Amino acid sequence: MMLRGLGKLTWIEIKVFLREPMGAFGSIGIPVLLYVVLGRIVGSKPAAPAFSASGFSVAHLPVLIALLISVNTVLSLVTIISIYREGGILKRLRATPLRPVTILTTHVIVKLLLTAVTLALMFLVGKRYPGMSGQVPWFSFGVALLICTFSILSIGFVIASIVPTARFAQPMGAVILYPMFALSGLFVPLALFPPVLQFVAHLLPVTYAVSLLEGIWQGDGWMAHASDVGALLVSFVVFTAISARVFRWE
Amino acid sequence: MQPVIEVSGVRKAYGKTVAVADASFTVQQGEIFGLIGPNGAGKTTTMECIEGLRKPDAGTIAVLGLDPYRQVYQLQERIGVQLQQAQLQKRIKVWEAVDLWASLYGTKTVDATRLLDQLGLTDKRNAWFMNLSGGQKQRLFIALALINDPEVVFLDELTTGLDPQARHAIWDLVRGIRERGKTVFLTTHLMEEAERLCDRVAIMEHGRIIDIDTPERMVRRHCPERAVVLDTEDAGAEEQFRKIAGVEQVERAGRRFTIRGQGEDLVTEVIHCLSENRIRVTDFRTILPTLEDVFLKLTGRSIRE
Repeated sequence: MMLRGLGKLTWIEIKVFLREPMGAFGSIGIPVLLYVVLGRIVGSKPAAPAFSASGFSVAHLPVLIALLISVNTVLSLVTIISIYREGGILKRLRATPLRPVTILTTHVIVKLLLTAVTLALMFLVGKRYPGMSGQVPWFSFGVALLICTFSILSIGFVIASIVPTARFAQPMGAVILYPMFALSGLFVPLALFPPVLQFVAHLLPVTYAVSLLEGIWQGDGWMAHASDVGALLVSFVVFTAISARVFRWE
Repeated sequence: MQPVIEVSGVRKAYGKTVAVADASFTVQQGEIFGLIGPNGAGKTTTMECIEGLRKPDAGTIAVLGLDPYRQVYQLQERIGVQLQQAQLQKRIKVWEAVDLWASLYGTKTVDATRLLDQLGLTDKRNAWFMNLSGGQKQRLFIALALINDPEVVFLDELTTGLDPQARHAIWDLVRGIRERGKTVFLTTHLMEEAERLCDRVAIMEHGRIIDIDTPERMVRRHCPERAVVLDTEDAGAEEQFRKIAGVEQVERAGRRFTIRGQGEDLVTEVIHCLSENRIRVTDFRTILPTLEDVFLKLTGRSIRE
């Protein structure tokens, strides 16, 4: 069977994750806390000059937090793959009938579960904030975020394939992923960028992720964002193909 | 009988570095076969090619009649592997690892509780991997290599870094594997380990197999030198010792004599001489060459990495 061992390996990986001293708190607690704190600041001062000048408002907050969680997911995946590779765990698992795709799928599942739990908690604690209480399409937003996460995840796999050691995995991932945020249109509208940067921004999947998430959050239909979804899927396919070629097991 | 492992003309290079230049040998059912050689000789690469983890650049390999690279999943159902310097998840429990491994094989698996018991890990069932000692980790890796009741077991540098107690315990375990009719293929750079454990050894050097034989025959062929060390107060002894057939050299340090010569009869001849001349000795021991001497003779004494 193709994915034999998937269930058991996934369950073990979840248990192993929960046993880590900072594991659950670092991955779930900190984003939720950050959200609570930011939500209070932004929510209590809707017209804070610093934010309104940059075009950032309370409407952007859920999108920003959602993307941060998504990137957090990807960075932790990059890190764990590097640690497993450096420690020879990947190699040891490969010397069994376990298929490589099963090992990678396991980690994707664990990380996505983590993202889902974090998001659910966030929505629970954030219900009271202005802009959160209205008719927000939770389900569509969740699906949109899943698509975005998969797309960013595929970049993560490319990073995981090329980083030399586990020590560099997290910083290198951050250096590659966070600048994409600056160009994504989340903080500064794309139209204000010089043409060169606009061009670069349109090559980055995060830009489409922001456009999709903001639109869905504000109640747009999926058809209005078909090009965003298309771009994200294309980048997913391209980066997955690249990582399949360059991935190293040891 | 069809050999369990057949390696013929295998070559493997990493870029410009040739790890294995030319390796050919066969391993028979039910034997413990050791691949020995200095660090960097190509032992691990050879083993990983046989396990299907690497694709050789040239040559053919058959394990249980299967091509290890093309039929790797079929092969892995029937072999057990312990890798050099492998790790598991830091916080995985011993029983979880064994349970996971057992779930990976479609074939029959052995009883996990009994396996842990045989390997002395019952007390450590609930311990995290990171809290095990070096010997316990190695025993766990042996357990994982045996969980699918494999026909061939691969052990790479099994006892490196272990204390003598753990090493002897693991040697007993490996002999136990052979007694159950399994074939064992191991690499080591500990000559004592090879000599005590292996039915046959192949010496590897710079990516080539330079000799294959049983440890005893290898010693006899390459190192016929023998020496007898004895203590005596007898003043005329030295002269008598020099007359013994086959003696090449007699060294004296105080009342201690070292008599060196060639051939299996040397010790008998020395004893004969002692009794004939009524030489009274207070100490007597022989120095026989070991696999280590053969190894140094064939691979040189320079230090390498």
